[in-house]
Amino acid sequence: MLNVGKIEEGFVLDHIPAGKAMYIYHHLGLDKLDCPVAIIKNARSNAMGKKDILKVECDIDSLNLDVLAFIDHNITVNVIKDGEIKEKRKLELPRELVDVIKCTNPRCITSIEHELPHIFYLADEEREIYRCKYCDVKYEENDAGEWN
Amino acid sequence: MRHLLTPQDFSVEELEDLFVLADDIENNSAKYSHICDGKKLATLFYEPSTRTRLSHETAMINLGGSVIGFPSGNVSSATKGESVADTIRVISCFADIAAIRHPKEGAAAVAAAYSSIPIINAGDGGHQHPTQTLLDMQTIRRLKGRLSDMTIGICGDLKFGRTVHSLVEAMSRYEGISFVFISPQELRMPDYVTDILHDRGIDYEEVTKLEDAIPKLDVLYMTRVQKERFFNEEDYIRLKDFYILDEKKLAAAKPDCYILHPLPRVNEIAPEVDNDPRAAYFLQVKYGVLVRMAVILTLLERN
Ligand SMILES: [Zn+2]
Repeated sequence: MLNVGKIEEGFVLDHIPAGKAMYIYHHLGLDKLDCPVAIIKNARSNAMGKKDILKVECDIDSLNLDVLAFIDHNITVNVIKDGEIKEKRKLELPRELVDVIKCTNPRCITSIEHELPHIFYLADEEREIYRCKYCDVKYEENDAGEWN
Repeated sequence: MRHLLTPQDFSVEELEDLFVLADDIENNSAKYSHICDGKKLATLFYEPSTRTRLSHETAMINLGGSVIGFPSGNVSSATKGESVADTIRVISCFADIAAIRHPKEGAAAVAAAYSSIPIINAGDGGHQHPTQTLLDMQTIRRLKGRLSDMTIGICGDLKFGRTVHSLVEAMSRYEGISFVFISPQELRMPDYVTDILHDRGIDYEEVTKLEDAIPKLDVLYMTRVQKERFFNEEDYIRLKDFYILDEKKLAAAKPDCYILHPLPRVNEIAPEVDNDPRAAYFLQVKYGVLVRMAVILTLLERN
């Protein structure tokens, strides 16, 4: 397998569905951080066929990864400290998603006021249902066209 | 600072406090006639709804306060394309409380997010119209003496009727409530409402004829069935009489089955029903003002 230099402190995000690495890169705000990031695309995986991996060298307390729980449950978060895997972090669904997904209800105030942040709240944790903070319409993965 | 965006913004206990306050206002109006002296209500109506606007304005005037607002029918020149967020930040400097009506869903929530004064949602598209729900509840509470243990029939266009969705959700928080939904197949109660009833373990049945439901009801909430909602003319002609309440149908109802309607009525309640002591739809208008007075006092923390 392709090898990228070991990191001393940071995260290795493994088992990312192939093609989603850049999406995650943007949603974690990694483009705005001044830290080394390795993006490995289409790595071979026994379980998944192909997968993406992200390696981020940063202070492990500086990054909120909860949005990953929303994007994909199966992503593995390895926390690296002193060059070793210290823990596999369990992710919790965020209470609120700000500008991660868009409300597509044509009757929603966000459809005419474009500068408003798109805010969704976790309405049902068990069923993983998010609703628009303004119109309460449920988010359906296939109606946003956000996965790119 | 509190807002009223949906009926769920108040717990069952807080709603009871609000209804008790409305009772006290009704019985001791003099005590409240100057309680809001010097206070201003802004009515921001982005779409016309004269009845709702006048009810809010009357409520504030009855409390001794005064009212400011957009010139009616001229919203675009009043706001000049300004966002709701900016408008409410400006209005917050003029008024002490605002009632907003807007054709888009969630507009009142946007106003609340940027406001430094309490916001009353006076209708945001097909989403919420909480003061209508509260006045419906106060009417039921005053006439029946309770909000629990009853069978509520809701008749007409249940698919697009925002007021009935909100009423069902609000009443399903009380003990011993069951519902009978009376509508044509095409205009049935949507899943998101019946899902709430399933989750809360509340009984409901769905029927297509008013006659079949009327004997078991403690309250009958009528709404309009609009011709445009039907797929074809034949269905409309075949079905429309099922949803018109007249004396003949009302004869099968319980002697204390009160009839509510959000108004305006078109032809779904025959005028002959108006004189029946069970007709409560004009009483709702009266409770509307009293409930809005109680809402204003509660949000201004003057109760
Ligand atoms: Zn929305």
